[in-house]
Amino acid sequence: MVDSLANRTIGDVMVVGAGISGIQAALDLATSGYRVFLVEKAPAIGGKMAQLDKTFPTNDCSMCIESPKFIECDRHPNIEILTYTEVDSVEGKAGNFKVTLTRKPRYIIEDRCTGCTTCAEYCPVLVPDPFNQDLAKSKATHIYFSQAVPLVPYVADECLYLKDKKCFICVGVCKNNAIDLHQEAEREEIVVGAIVLSPGYEVFDPRPRNDYGYGLIENVVTSLDFERLLCATGPHEGEILRPSDHEHPHKIAWIHCVGSREVIEGGNSYCSAVCCTYIQKQVILTKDHDAEAECAIFHNDIRSYGKDFERFYQRAENLPGVRFVRSYVSIGKENPETKNVTIRYSTPHDGVQEEEFDLVVLGVGLNPPHDVQSLADTFGIELNSHGFCKTNPTNPIETSRPGIFVSGAFLGPMDIPEAVVAASGANALTGELLRSRRGKLSRERVYPPERDVSKEDVRVGVFACHCGANIGRVVDVRSLVDYSLSLDNVVHAEEGLFICSTDAAEQIASTIREKGLNRVVVAACTPRTHEPLFRDTLREGGINQYLFDMANIREHCSWVHSKQKEEATEKAKDIVRMSVARTTHLEPLQEFDLPMNKRALVVGGGLAGMTSALALANQGFEAHLVEKDSDLGGMARRIHYSLEGLDVQEYLRDLIRKVYQHPLVHVSHGATITDVSGYVGNFATTVEAEGQVKTIHHGAAILATGADEYKPTEYLYGEDDRVLTQLELEERLTKGDESLQDAESLVMIQCVGCRQEDRNYCSRVCCGEALKNALKLRERNPELDIYILFRDMRSYGFKEDFYREAADKDVIFVRWEPQDPPQVETATNEHGKPVVRVTVADPILGQKLELDADLLVLSAAVIPSAGSREAARLFKVPMSPDGFFQEAHVKLRPVDFAADGVFLCGTAHYPKHMLEAISQAYGAAGRAVTLLSQDTVTASGSVCEVREDDCVSCGACITVCTYGAIEFRDTPKGKKAWVNPVLCKGDGLCNAKCPTNAIILKHYTDEELFCQIDAAFSDLAEVST
Amino acid sequence: MCSGRVDLAFILRAFSQGADGVFIGGCWPGECHYVTEGNYDALSTMHLCRKLMEQIGVHPERLRLEWMSAAEGSRFTEVVDDFVKKLKELGPLRNGEGVGGNGLKLKLEAVTRLIPYIKLVERERLRVPLKSEEAYNAFYASDQMDRLFQELIADKLAVSQILLLLEEGPRSTADVSEMLGLNPAVVSRHMNISSRQGLVRYDVDRKRYALA
Repeated sequence: MVDSLANRTIGDVMVVGAGISGIQAALDLATSGYRVFLVEKAPAIGGKMAQLDKTFPTNDCSMCIESPKFIECDRHPNIEILTYTEVDSVEGKAGNFKVTLTRKPRYIIEDRCTGCTTCAEYCPVLVPDPFNQDLAKSKATHIYFSQAVPLVPYVADECLYLKDKKCFICVGVCKNNAIDLHQEAEREEIVVGAIVLSPGYEVFDPRPRNDYGYGLIENVVTSLDFERLLCATGPHEGEILRPSDHEHPHKIAWIHCVGSREVIEGGNSYCSAVCCTYIQKQVILTKDHDAEAECAIFHNDIRSYGKDFERFYQRAENLPGVRFVRSYVSIGKENPETKNVTIRYSTPHDGVQEEEFDLVVLGVGLNPPHDVQSLADTFGIELNSHGFCKTNPTNPIETSRPGIFVSGAFLGPMDIPEAVVAASGANALTGELLRSRRGKLSRERVYPPERDVSKEDVRVGVFACHCGANIGRVVDVRSLVDYSLSLDNVVHAEEGLFICSTDAAEQIASTIREKGLNRVVVAACTPRTHEPLFRDTLREGGINQYLFDMANIREHCSWVHSKQKEEATEKAKDIVRMSVARTTHLEPLQEFDLPMNKRALVVGGGLAGMTSALALANQGFEAHLVEKDSDLGGMARRIHYSLEGLDVQEYLRDLIRKVYQHPLVHVSHGATITDVSGYVGNFATTVEAEGQVKTIHHGAAILATGADEYKPTEYLYGEDDRVLTQLELEERLTKGDESLQDAESLVMIQCVGCRQEDRNYCSRVCCGEALKNALKLRERNPELDIYILFRDMRSYGFKEDFYREAADKDVIFVRWEPQDPPQVETATNEHGKPVVRVTVADPILGQKLELDADLLVLSAAVIPSAGSREAARLFKVPMSPDGFFQEAHVKLRPVDFAADGVFLCGTAHYPKHMLEAISQAYGAAGRAVTLLSQDTVTASGSVCEVREDDCVSCGACITVCTYGAIEFRDTPKGKKAWVNPVLCKGDGLCNAKCPTNAIILKHYTDEELFCQIDAAFSDLAEVST
Repeated sequence: MCSGRVDLAFILRAFSQGADGVFIGGCWPGECHYVTEGNYDALSTMHLCRKLMEQIGVHPERLRLEWMSAAEGSRFTEVVDDFVKKLKELGPLRNGEGVGGNGLKLKLEAVTRLIPYIKLVERERLRVPLKSEEAYNAFYASDQMDRLFQELIADKLAVSQILLLLEEGPRSTADVSEMLGLNPAVVSRHMNISSRQGLVRYDVDRKRYALA
């Protein structure tokens, strides 16, 4: 067994493409017990997300949330990262693929390189930096970007030696002899059982067609270029400077749909799904950089169809100096002197206009990877008509070749959370295929035994990081190290270029052992991203991981005081002094392992819940499916066909049959959950079903409680039976209802009950549903007049094709503005026929249209189900302001709750189409399995504890603990508060409430914090008494 | 650790050690990273602490609470710059305010000693029915709050200060009044009550109060 582990040519899964989706897939698979090869063609993992400045709609720093995942991959014992590597061929079949790879020469011997970048310093050749979209230069020998994993440079083709054998300065300056300019490509064969394809996307290149002047006019950039301009690690260190003169542009235009929603040569007919919102993000960030900036956004429909996108749009729209202009545009000319760019556009009021801007940003869409056809040939998979991956019509994660799964934007344009969801889903599907192999090749991290430091004097080691130039350029790190050595208890201090690099971390571990350190301070960046890594390093060094503190001298110091070097150095000393003071009081804490119950509970027997339960069962885990109705199926029972043509009822029947037949799925009908107790790994849920009460013990739970259709109160709904909702129309269409046969005119109104003040979100599915039903109606009755009255048609992604098809088939689209909604009344038309009269103001025609309809169909909002609120209460998980489940992290933990062991999927999370719900259901199952495949669950050591002697049983702590982690227990001294360490999340609120300081948050005790506060001022004379 | 973990004692300790201002950063209301919404407790602590600061003659704006997400770096900079500007206007705490320098540490200590009691008062009497920033701000600015503060805390705080001062040695009412910046009549009243409660005694010969 050990031998086969050492053999690096056999694995369980190969993940091809290490963007965020591939990274997530690799992590989930590896954590679930599979040995993973993560293959990436670029010199480092990270993909496009690494190039983004921030991510919508929370504006989290993209690199900051992604880079900890790089390190997690790097340290994972079951992941082997192969960068600068391409796949040549894939032979064999599911369960046994032989993959041939080519490792391109990077001319660096990875094992020897320390990432010191001396080679880059001495390299005389400047080349365009691809990571910075060629907006900056880098050396021919350079590290792809500063947080790169692996942190190893590569030598670009422009190298003088590679070109003419002229220069080999780098070889001479490398102290580790890590440079080998004669390296050649290597071929490798690896055998795996399954493949996850996540090659991502390319941004649309506007150059070939060149209608927007990109590449000709200097101050026209793409949105990805602009991301780099915005970014602190970008070409101008976060200053937005335009290319022509490196001046701050004051007046900036964004152009939507560049390369998307076009049927002209070289364009894409589909909608790229993410551009509307990323442009809003760029506008908000631009205004952050320069509050005076004038921003104009030229757009078509605004597609804010995702969770919290609508509010994000409003946030951008309401900023001062921001104009949203609904107009097609063309680029006029470049002013030869100022290099400003003229844009020509038209508005209904003012007709065609020209306006000059300092900078123009093209909202470029998403294309399939460049080499997509050869990629398809290599992997033996089919592509769809747009050149993205063709998938199983009922399973968006399966390619046409069994055993090869797909995740991320290769599925089609999607945002980060969807890419992450699909990655976790790929884990579930791989788990079904390789069920019997789980754990066979996996390895566990082995740490050296932990040293008992309780009898030792405090010996603090301080490691100060330059973070490349991030800190070192501002803070005098050398003098910080000298200062640290002067502090009490500090026995060792040193500096490093990147303390977080793999080899620097190893160095820290050995220093801990050699110097007998028993406390460690790392003066570097933020614990938010890097604490897990350094804690791990302490374990490697043989001491308890809690004997560690991070002094943030980057975000809190060098970044904010970049122009005050001396003061910043003084402040860095203060921060380190405080950190050292706290550290001396830190105590070793034990995390503890609890047994994992390998059963799962799935709440909600709709499409999502059933898919999750079945996916778990197919991976070998027992699943209890709890449904409140007497039948399975949920909302899908009312849906008969999909926009893409799937027979939903047939699919549903088949799924229900599989659920009932699977020996590991146990279904409870007519069930109500009355109580949930316990915690991750050990939940106990009481269910009343069909007159019986039972307690289900489970380790994880998936909440798939669905959503409801809004019952409209507007537009005569409920008063006139000619007014119905889309679902009711679908019912009539399926039954072949007479009212449809005889109808001459039918009007649909979109956004009924949402995108308004009390329901400030878009229901996402209604535009697609309206198109679906309109096309079905058209198929049945070519003569019928069909009108769709919309605000923005949100047929995102490939659904755009159906929008176009409907328009081609004479479905008439009329836009209305929210301040002037359609009016509906009953009337009689000129032929004496009773009609529903819809009056709508058409902003383009500038006049009121009167439409006499035989049927009025309302696209009613999707609203949260009552069951979700109840489930949220029972499982103590949060809801968003709109009443949908609130995931742990919008981008990177889209199906996890912050509460461990509870996951979510389906429309309870947010309205979504069926395939999206299915994908998310696999995602939730994939995430749940990362837990269920473990034998134990680990709880944090930083939890509260009660000093019973001091507790006065006032209950103040119990009242504030919404986790329900504290309870009274009888003790010989009477009733005392007791903390269940597994439920405690370490927020410490109870500490601030306890009148007798009887409850203590370990690792953040009063003593530790007082010490830190005192140290902040220890260079001051105390306030005199 | 949540912003609601910030104990009154931490803030007072910082002032006592020489801080001219204390800044608390919390998650935006409604964006709690836990499920506890402890940021509202931080808001309560801030308001209450400002009241206490006012009571002992420390400018309440030396304490500031601001909401910000991890993504709002530029807002953080602006807010801190603004706070620093404000503190520069106020000047160093030890010679601002006119607290009479030497009394400040004693006064802060007097508040610190009262914290267990203040926590009880906060829990039992200072309850804000609605979790909204407006409701919290309105409550702490209300007459009701003023009344509760005067009734439940102000006197206790005065006594706490007097007792602390007397720990250093016996003092006359006039001395106490001058050293603590309290109205002589108020001091007299507290002395009378405290002496009935057996906390202090009057040394008739030296015409001074001492700890009992």
